[in-house]
Amino acid sequence: MEERGKRSFWEVMDDIDRRIIFVILGVVVAIPLLISVGSEIPPTAPVISAHESVETLEAGDYLMVSIDFDATSAPELMPMLHSVLRQAFEKEVKVVMLGHIAIGLPLGHAALEQIAAEYDAEYGVDYVDLGYRPGYIAVMIAMGREIEDIFGTDYQGTPIREMPITKDLHSYSDIDLLFGFEHGAVIDYWVRYAQARFDQRMTFGTTAVMAPDAYPYLQSGQIEGLVGGLKGAAEYETLIGQPGLGTRGMPAQEWGHLLVIGFIVMGNLGYFFTRRKRKAAGGAA
Amino acid sequence: MKRTVPLIITFLTGTFLVVSFFVPHSPFGELEQRLLIWFAIVAGFTMLLGVDSLIRAHVRKVARAQGGWGHSAALLVGLVATVVVGILGRVQYGSPFHIQSPFMFIYTYTIVPLQATMFALLAFFIASASYRAFRARNWVATLLLVSAVIVMLGRIPIGAAISPFFPWAQEWIMEFPQLAAKRGIQIGAALGAVSMSLRIILGIERSYLS
Repeated sequence: MEERGKRSFWEVMDDIDRRIIFVILGVVVAIPLLISVGSEIPPTAPVISAHESVETLEAGDYLMVSIDFDATSAPELMPMLHSVLRQAFEKEVKVVMLGHIAIGLPLGHAALEQIAAEYDAEYGVDYVDLGYRPGYIAVMIAMGREIEDIFGTDYQGTPIREMPITKDLHSYSDIDLLFGFEHGAVIDYWVRYAQARFDQRMTFGTTAVMAPDAYPYLQSGQIEGLVGGLKGAAEYETLIGQPGLGTRGMPAQEWGHLLVIGFIVMGNLGYFFTRRKRKAAGGAA
Repeated sequence: MKRTVPLIITFLTGTFLVVSFFVPHSPFGELEQRLLIWFAIVAGFTMLLGVDSLIRAHVRKVARAQGGWGHSAALLVGLVATVVVGILGRVQYGSPFHIQSPFMFIYTYTIVPLQATMFALLAFFIASASYRAFRARNWVATLLLVSAVIVMLGRIPIGAAISPFFPWAQEWIMEFPQLAAKRGIQIGAALGAVSMSLRIILGIERSYLS
């Protein structure tokens, strides 16, 4: 510790204690979350395409929403889900929810109920939650032939043939668009099995970390749009004209990014200014 | 016999599913659908196996009072409590997922915050790791460093306010160099999967039998 006290400014910058980084990051992210409301984020092409894909749907069309995330990714994906559901109910599109991450599906269901209530939508008529079935590859392929073979009942155990919304729902040919909310590899399987084999139209919202994985599918035209991360969610909110959690979260992300960039710059300056000293001391440069 | 019969079943099933992918008509389509339903059922039972394995491992730890046995006890209590309230929710409200059921209370106020907290901690470690890892030690590291800074700036509004270059460059990095690398990885992984599938179907790869 005594040696640390004698360090020059650049040596300190080269080796900042990680606890200091943690505290500064916590403060820098928390303050904008508490006091800032955020501002509209100009939409980018992948998000505009995603919005357009939902916009092409007409009243009575079917939108399948796949909840493939859990609480770990909710801050990024829930704002997107809210926006897409609002857009769908606004257009009187019928929403069919299911999910391949069992522990995350109740989050999707709660959002579905919340947004459906805003539009006076009726369960079983305007929207339905099919729930979860294990073995997602088998589920995806089997739905291409007959959805009832896999989802005989909804999440509460009500037979799907007893509900008006699913009475005549048989396969992907009855689904006008699939919008998946992804935090993992499920997106690959949706594209491989539902799109490549059954030509299902699809669009995805992903975490920022997962977005690069989806770009090849976007470029090849296998998916129509891509909403990536909190920024994508904020862009989508701009497009539907209803700023929400995505827009409010952006200032925190902005300051977080700036802080990390600041640390990287300081670390590199410290690295360069202390390099000669390290070389003289026989350390690796 | 013990090895031959599973190999024959694997060969016939694998070949049949490959054929049914290209010929979805009767009888291949119907049989494939039947096999997929079986797969979903088997996948459900694998969850039970997982729970069984989890319980055995932690009961053993508690019984032998091994280090950290308290955590195992908490896990077992939590597991049993969640199952019990799930059944109660089913009886009381018709579904454990009813918004007022005790299962949803546990889900909303325990599982969700715990998951969120665990993942939120990652942000702190990423910040610290970025500071230490992104050093311009050589030209490859410098390239990575510059790309990371451009992407980070391009994904926040202030990046566009500084210069329209940042959002443009961020999109360019995502759409070309990143995508090219990602596509190469995906093609490689797909070829590997095809190769491994053929090895299993033809009985060359037999490690799954042991």
